Amino acid sequence: MDKISLLGHIVVFFSLYFEIFFLITYLSKDKKIDSTFEFTPPVSILIPCFNEEKSVVATIHSILALDYPKEKIQIIVIDDGSTDNTYSEVVQHFQNKSSIEIYRKENGGKYTALNFGLTKAKHEFIGSLDADSFVDEKSLKFIMEKFLDPEVMATIPSTIIHNPKNMLQKAQRAEYTFGTFIRYILSSLDAIYVTPGPFSFFRKEVFEKIGIYKHAHNTEDMEMAMRLQKNNMRIAHAEKAIIYTIGPNTIKKLYKQRVRWASGFMGNLNDYKSMFFQKKHGNLSMLVLPFITLATCSVIFFSFVTLFRLIKNIHDTIQRISIVGFSFKDINFFDWIYFNGGSLSILSIFLLLYAILALSIGNKLLHGKTKFDLEFFYMIALYPLMYPFWIIKAGYNVLLSKKAPWR
Amino acid sequence: MNKQIDWKKYLVTLLITVFIFITAFSFSNNLNNKRIVDVKRIQDSIATDILSSETQFSLLSELSCKEFGNSTLSNELNTLAERIQNSANSLGNKNEEVQFLKKYYSLLEIKDYLLMRRISERCGEKFMFALYFYDDEENCPDCNKTGYTLTYLRNKYPQLRVYSFDKNSDVSAVKTLLSIFKVKAPFPVIALGDQVVISGYKEKEELEEILKKTYPKETKKILDELAKKESIEKNASSTKEKK
Repeated sequence: MDKISLLGHIVVFFSLYFEIFFLITYLSKDKKIDSTFEFTPPVSILIPCFNEEKSVVATIHSILALDYPKEKIQIIVIDDGSTDNTYSEVVQHFQNKSSIEIYRKENGGKYTALNFGLTKAKHEFIGSLDADSFVDEKSLKFIMEKFLDPEVMATIPSTIIHNPKNMLQKAQRAEYTFGTFIRYILSSLDAIYVTPGPFSFFRKEVFEKIGIYKHAHNTEDMEMAMRLQKNNMRIAHAEKAIIYTIGPNTIKKLYKQRVRWASGFMGNLNDYKSMFFQKKHGNLSMLVLPFITLATCSVIFFSFVTLFRLIKNIHDTIQRISIVGFSFKDINFFDWIYFNGGSLSILSIFLLLYAILALSIGNKLLHGKTKFDLEFFYMIALYPLMYPFWIIKAGYNVLLSKKAPWR
Repeated sequence: MNKQIDWKKYLVTLLITVFIFITAFSFSNNLNNKRIVDVKRIQDSIATDILSSETQFSLLSELSCKEFGNSTLSNELNTLAERIQNSANSLGNKNEEVQFLKKYYSLLEIKDYLLMRRISERCGEKFMFALYFYDDEENCPDCNKTGYTLTYLRNKYPQLRVYSFDKNSDVSAVKTLLSIFKVKAPFPVIALGDQVVISGYKEKEELEEILKKTYPKETKKILDELAKKESIEKNASSTKEKK
């Protein structure tokens, strides 16, 4: 076994370990959910926006349509110095609504908009909603239900892609469904490490105890979750609380979004590296953080290996065609993808089957029935081609401390 | 909140993961063993074919050249080479079984080469022979290109029989070949016929010229046949157009 193959086996071993751990957690979890919807405390919802003229009105309308006592919702819109018509759109549509407060400030980044909103929030439960997302009418009740547990300090919802039109957005929908399964398990393990911008809620005391939002490499949502975890504050997942978000519709936009996420992810992991392998921080520290770090490093390493092999294969093929001439029988697809019946190939099939299972479970959590989406194939066809690029670019950004734009 | 770690779950997961890993490894081993058995079977069949031809050759003083003219041994050898390469890809080049298969393959090549030479002498200069000695990619960056050039020549001149040998092979028969042809760096080295030994990389056209000089009759015959074929095809197509 050569060194690269050995490394591949190590990575696959840990991936398999991680996945089996998740599966056991899922199977052993008590799945009984009794929705009583008895807990409807007053809430403040912050909507930070920056150049969101196209979606912000629909976002606010979706909050107004929530199945929740209207008098208990305070909506705070914070325009972070948009250069388009975001502010005038909001004013035009909602200036007469007493439950909506509209503010405008100089551009300072999303975290400054959120912190500004925190100063205006009146209620004990504070949530935020990105201005490119919409909430399902029952979502807030599902979220608040989780706070019946006095130990729960924050709750995150399930996010799905709104009305996917092209292949790229459909691939993202499969990814988000897969993500629902991951959130569900992470919540059981007390290991949620992101409180996403779309509709995460906190008890007000969280901000009083551990402080307000930070810049955090433009991913304040991950940093906040890490800070909660560091202070051993529980984050729950309300899997039935569905939030719709608009997925980037071009590769360029998706790339930009993911570079920002991945750069922030790496930067925050680095900032919180002291949390690794600390028993007091539980599964997050002993399993989840080390694994995601290993996974990220291996993606970078194996991307280079694959790229190197691909370039060599292309070079050899061109050379052969230029000397021998073109022949179909020489194009051996299986040689190209290195499927040779080796243990690595067989184990990869296990990982693939697991991904299919996770997606089906994700659907069950979201929609109540196990379903396999064909969109999964878009995901496995597109993501391996794109993922390495944004991970490598993010790694480059982190190394050179380059800043990625916030949206 | 106190975070709990369920160490039992960590251990159970480890056991299941190890179990799956062992299952995958044994499955892959079975698959590779089957592949090796397959390769060995082909090698044995080729060895039997060569032995049978040699015996036939010794038995008959006057041998009909036709019987050997249709030999498909070289094609089988090519298929065998591909299969060994597949095994090497999954098991690694240093694997003992792969090493053994490669040695056996080299010996079969030499046996085929010797037999074909004897047949060639008996039946008139019918075949052309190229012994191709290569080195690792690090020491011989042009070996790949030369391999393709030889494939091109073999496609163009079907009577050309190419035998490839790893310069680093520890098969004594290969070492003997290296000393007979006084093979020295720079690699690749190609021995054409008995006399011509080419060291270092040669372009396609250059190598073809040397082949033509080494085997003037054989190459001319093939090229003439090719030209004849082409002119027939041309005539046929022009007649079609006129119609």
